Amino acid sequence: MPRTIIPFGPQHPVLPEPIHLDLAIEDEKVVDVIPTVGFVHRGLEKLVERKDYQEFVYVAERICGICSFIHGQTYCQAIETIMKVEVPPRARYLRTIWGELSRIHSHLLWLGLLADSFGFESLFMHSWRIREKVLDIIEATTGGRVIFGSCKIGGVRRDINPAAFQTMLAQLAGIEKDMREIVDVFLNDSTVKERLVGVGILTKEEAHALGCVGPTMRASGIAQDMRQLGYAAFDEIPIEPITRPEGDSHARCSVRCAELFQSVDIIRRAIARIPIGEIAVKVTGNPNGEYLARTEQPRGEVAYYLKANGAKNLQRFRVRTPTFANLPALVKMLPGCFLADVPVIVLTIDPCISCTER
Amino acid sequence: MNDEQTFPPVSVEDLVSKVREFRDLGWRLVQIGAAALGDTIEVTYSFDLGGRLSNLRVSLPAEGSPRIASISSVYPCSYLYENEMHDLFRIQVDGMSVDFKGKFYRTTVPFPFAPRKS
Amino acid sequence: MASLGMTKLTLKSAFRRPVTRGYPLEPRRVIPDSRGLLVFVKDNCVFCSVCRKKCPTAAIGVNRNQKKWTIDRLRCISCGYCVESCPKQCLSLSTDIAAPTVTKDRDTY
Repeated sequence: MPRTIIPFGPQHPVLPEPIHLDLAIEDEKVVDVIPTVGFVHRGLEKLVERKDYQEFVYVAERICGICSFIHGQTYCQAIETIMKVEVPPRARYLRTIWGELSRIHSHLLWLGLLADSFGFESLFMHSWRIREKVLDIIEATTGGRVIFGSCKIGGVRRDINPAAFQTMLAQLAGIEKDMREIVDVFLNDSTVKERLVGVGILTKEEAHALGCVGPTMRASGIAQDMRQLGYAAFDEIPIEPITRPEGDSHARCSVRCAELFQSVDIIRRAIARIPIGEIAVKVTGNPNGEYLARTEQPRGEVAYYLKANGAKNLQRFRVRTPTFANLPALVKMLPGCFLADVPVIVLTIDPCISCTER
Repeated sequence: MNDEQTFPPVSVEDLVSKVREFRDLGWRLVQIGAAALGDTIEVTYSFDLGGRLSNLRVSLPAEGSPRIASISSVYPCSYLYENEMHDLFRIQVDGMSVDFKGKFYRTTVPFPFAPRKS
Repeated sequence: MASLGMTKLTLKSAFRRPVTRGYPLEPRRVIPDSRGLLVFVKDNCVFCSVCRKKCPTAAIGVNRNQKKWTIDRLRCISCGYCVESCPKQCLSLSTDIAAPTVTKDRDTY
């Protein structure tokens, strides 16, 4: 059977960011795939030599546009652990609330892209319509729609007053009602199920051996969520990881839809329990030491390794983003599928290539 | 989150057997990262089991072309990290399961993070 | 029986007013506290240069001898670091958006 090589990407209507895959296909079935990354490599890890550790929060936030808040939060957490700074409880709750809002907006964005990948444009637009309401909440509380700019070392920069919390709760109730309508379409509509069920199966052993993280791992049955580590306010708001046993694309979609409602619940619990207090402590001096901080981004576990030796600039800053850990799973899932399923499978690992290649 | 983290050193020869011990106990590979510090390059391997983090550290001299063995025979997903280490730091990794031969990240300056002798 | 969720959504959006803004007839809905254009009031400025040192993108320029304060609008990221650190409260962030421009020049005050 003669083989054809078809290039997928870097420009493709379905991909949010450029990645290139060379697909070797035999008569409509993919048999081999060779990935090429490196289109958005900006060398951000080298920028620590120029910017001191306090300014670097702005750079860390701009590694990715979709998961930007949690990048800034993880960086601040790592520096605060190295310098043994105690963050006030109100700041930890505020960071949790903004982190969960960031997760809701990222999952709604992903749901829209998934609908676009099998051609369902109107469902794509409905998901993003609901996302606009979430972005309005974020803009009203932090000042920016995509890049929040609210984390700093030692706490947060802005506070949210009780009246704003009540408005947020009322808006969240409306958003939750809209989300239930579209999640019903994603999970139960027969045309959507035709495209998702049984496509791109990843078994539990493969997911563990390939080092997958996040919803990709949880949809294959492994119950692990980095929010169980207890950072920010999660030591007082325990959560249960959401898992599915099937391991196909429908399971990954279902895990992310359920996480939407879990995040709304976490925000409600955090608003009910947030303590009064100050929002930041003053930080002086320079960091000295090393630490590997891990948090749960919408796409999975992100690991920040920082090393400092007492100077104003850090010595080493290394980010291992969740999509980097999920790429081997993509290479494993693609052989054996039809050419028309390739965009769906690429999107179910939730690729955020600008994070991957900082 | 405020747990103490240790980075126990391991020699280049013992690396693959120690990593195999982790795999047999069910640990998941979290990251492989390199840090260039003056005249040594430190390569850190991190593993996770149920939320607990464990590390191993190999120190290589920065002169010439530092060599290290690949752990792709133990963890097949490690080839991405090892290609990145080679392209950024000029570390020769022997036995990678998928070798991009220096074309993983195509940068204008070759080996941009390698320590420079200035 | 297949789910009729999409039919319900489509009928709802067919009979409601559109969600998108009727640009250019409808004006932009302004959200208070949004971070936009940097506003500089020169009356109290003592040219201490703290804002220039704190700016992460080096957008602000301060010349003490000639008593001039400049800003490169295209470099400003509206982070608000300068607003927090000015000892005389000369700076604030408004909700306007910077006007489009075709040249990279600095605003001088």
